[in-house]
Amino acid sequence: MAVSQLVGAKIHRREDPRLITGHGRYTDDLTRTGLVHLAVVRSPHAHARIKSIGVEAAKKSPGVLGVFTAQDFKDIIAGPATHPVAPVFAPDKKVNPPRYPIAREEVCYQGEPVAVVVAEQRYQAADAAQLVDVEYDPLPAVMEIEEAMKPGSPKAHTDQPDNIAWDATYVPWEATEEAFKTADVVVKQRILQRRLSPNAIESRVVMAEYDPFDKRLTMWMSTQNPHWIRLFVSGALGMGEHSVRVVSHDVGGGFGSKISPYPEDYLVPAVSKLVERPVKWTETRTEAVQNAYAGRGQIYDVEASAKKDGTLLGMRVTQLLDCGAYIGTFGAFQTCACLLAGGAYKWKAISSRSIGVLTNKITTDPYRGAGRPEATHVAERMIDLLAVELKMDPVELRRKNFPAKEEFPFTQNFGLVMDSGDYNASLDKALKLFGYDQMRREQAEARKQGKLVGIGLSTWIEICGLGPGAVTGPATGGVVLSESAQVKVHPAGGVSIYVGTHNHGQGNDTTHAQIAADALGVPIEQIDIRHGDTNEGPGFGYGTYGSRTLAVGGVAINRACAKVVEKGKKVAAHILEAAEEDIVFDQGKFHVKGAPDKSKAFGEVAFAAYGQLPAGLEQGLEAVAYFEPPNFVWPFGAHICAVEVDAETGNAQITKYVAVDDCGNIINPMIVDGQLHGGIAQSIGQALYEEMVYDQDGQLRSATFLDYTIPSMNEIPNIQLDRTITPSPTNELGVKGIGEAGTIAATAAIINAICDAVSPLGIKHVDMPATPDRLWNQIKEARK
Amino acid sequence: MNVNGVDHPAPTDPRRLLSDHIRHDIGLTGTHVGCEHGVCGCCTVLFDGAPVRSCLMLAIQAEGHQVTTIEGLAPDGAPLHPVQQAFHETHGLQCGFCTPGFVMSVVGLLKQNPDPTPEEIDEGISGNLCRCTGYASIRRAVLRAAELSR
Repeated sequence: MAVSQLVGAKIHRREDPRLITGHGRYTDDLTRTGLVHLAVVRSPHAHARIKSIGVEAAKKSPGVLGVFTAQDFKDIIAGPATHPVAPVFAPDKKVNPPRYPIAREEVCYQGEPVAVVVAEQRYQAADAAQLVDVEYDPLPAVMEIEEAMKPGSPKAHTDQPDNIAWDATYVPWEATEEAFKTADVVVKQRILQRRLSPNAIESRVVMAEYDPFDKRLTMWMSTQNPHWIRLFVSGALGMGEHSVRVVSHDVGGGFGSKISPYPEDYLVPAVSKLVERPVKWTETRTEAVQNAYAGRGQIYDVEASAKKDGTLLGMRVTQLLDCGAYIGTFGAFQTCACLLAGGAYKWKAISSRSIGVLTNKITTDPYRGAGRPEATHVAERMIDLLAVELKMDPVELRRKNFPAKEEFPFTQNFGLVMDSGDYNASLDKALKLFGYDQMRREQAEARKQGKLVGIGLSTWIEICGLGPGAVTGPATGGVVLSESAQVKVHPAGGVSIYVGTHNHGQGNDTTHAQIAADALGVPIEQIDIRHGDTNEGPGFGYGTYGSRTLAVGGVAINRACAKVVEKGKKVAAHILEAAEEDIVFDQGKFHVKGAPDKSKAFGEVAFAAYGQLPAGLEQGLEAVAYFEPPNFVWPFGAHICAVEVDAETGNAQITKYVAVDDCGNIINPMIVDGQLHGGIAQSIGQALYEEMVYDQDGQLRSATFLDYTIPSMNEIPNIQLDRTITPSPTNELGVKGIGEAGTIAATAAIINAICDAVSPLGIKHVDMPATPDRLWNQIKEARK
Repeated sequence: MNVNGVDHPAPTDPRRLLSDHIRHDIGLTGTHVGCEHGVCGCCTVLFDGAPVRSCLMLAIQAEGHQVTTIEGLAPDGAPLHPVQQAFHETHGLQCGFCTPGFVMSVVGLLKQNPDPTPEEIDEGISGNLCRCTGYASIRRAVLRAAELSR
């Protein structure tokens, strides 16, 4: 067995030097000979009928090669299949409006493409786009979830029966009757999850070059999953996947917003086909805030019950989910919150229901955490509300209802099997690090002086590592979310590894090499990790999202390496003149059992693998592995936050933040900490600052970085991290995911702390974002 | 204008943004564009030694001035600039898109204040947005860069 040398080590990232020196290859950095530029003419209305589109003035504008509308794409882009809607966890869609990359008669959200202009230069395309004269007949826009649900409400699409996209009950209300009837305490709360804009700092960019002679298409783009895009685009353009290549070298952040296909993913290659020139489209920031698939956008109505001694009984959850104008490709994924709302606790019974609602806004789709931050927020808020009613310390109530370490694998209320956990261990460590008892004493003192200080916990859990075929097959409508890796060992011993996951900041080029270096026993410098080019590697890659890259993709690498070692043993047996079963592989060397001196180095075996071999043994030293995980993985942890609310300004200041997280075995602690810091910061953004604000006509009022306020360094406090390690039994590396953990955990800790801070005023609940304005008004009301 | 020690002809389009000119006319794509409205700081370059947002300037305004971009800090073959080295050591970047802007802002900050306090760092670098790191590692990068520059 190889001695582990690199797994677990803090290895500095190999991708850094090119990125730090300005030599990254983001899509907008690339060009092609003869490149022309595309600008999109978008609807300024949230809902309108298109009366006419005048293109003549734009066509005459300097540098313009063409102006195209829906009519021009009719024979080039196949219909609504361009925006497939996965069944996910709400397979029975009642209203599922067909979506085309470019509007036909009716526009249903602000920013929906109406026409595209292609010109020699980007500025020329932008100028000409202003000259496209679109005449609209405005229609009533439906903007609020509950308005849209009312009978007789204006409809998001005039040709659909109503606005109800789905209505799915996971467990009916009767199942929780007993749990509420026998309860000593019942709490009810409405909890809001506002719409968020993902805002990766690199906006989306698509460049396409159609070669009319070979009938091949190459696309360079900013995406989290190039193979999926190839599947969608090749289908829509009537091309075989073998004729389409999707390349995404460096990608400037994704956060879920670069998973599903977008209109431009079709329009740009189609225009390249029309004008027979390479075409590039670079999204502006306002386009990104307005039209990147939004996150969250949900209302939760929740009831929870418990016995006097703190034993949890029942929970009832209704999720109202704002789908936007069209259901997102993975939009119904966020209904997973209905299956996870019980959080880390043992409940007698949980009922839940999700209603998806169409409105005249951009589509919602997965955004970092997708359904799991919402579930955590519901669970953790309800626990705190119960603790207040029961007059119990929120720590005590949590502990009383955790499944014990020995109870894992633990089957939760919806039949999902939580693979491993030790929830008390992470909580204990967090309490100690935070100095919980001392902080509570200080809080009592501060309250005597009239200060609004609070402490909040979030003992979060997460389901990730998408995922086992039994669940992901039906959820995607047929594709199982396994992951692929190909390992090629070249004759001189260099190793190229092609992965189906994608690196857009997660450090995979480094962590994947660490796994392979240990598995093959070769120096890390000898290993090249490649991603983001569908012309390389296995037939399909499933991409990076849902904290799956390590727990699924990493395991695929490990298994492909194991296959290479097995082949290496056959070759070594030949050159060492021994029986294959007597060959031992250890630390990069193949030796004969009991005779470690009789050995061949990895490189020697690689070279021999391409030489003369006995009959029946093929040349070559390479392998492909697909890994379909038998279960999900379940990270967990405990976050504790202290805040002080200024009653005069409404400003909530985080004064202390501690996070103890457990993602199983760790490949590189530096990367894990980086993911947590980033995730927590994004969660602070949601808890305190971020919200997509629309007016009643559907105009986005927060369409720039001045109005949609993502946190800067000034807004992020010092965060203390620590960890526990509970290996996952789901895979042989014992790993779980960590990419979304911070975002899943933190809003609850922050809002619980704020609610605790303002509780002396009689305020029971505060919604996100807890902006100074919102808090100040709530405090003012409470003091009346 | 002079970019990283090399003279370049004036842009032909008077509307050309300095950021676009650097990226697409001169071909130095290390300077990134994140918002084109002066908030994210990705496009930060040194203009006669001081950090500016190149998306908020016209290229012709740079005529007769010295511009330094991320590529000018450690020209090909040279060791990393202390600020770049510090970002690498402290894991001060993830996707790397905002990084050139941060690096240029930190170079500017340390030039002005070689030994900033944590508060001065927060103040000095709060004009750059990062969506990946949560800033903790960037704070450490600034402290480390100050140390390496001594």
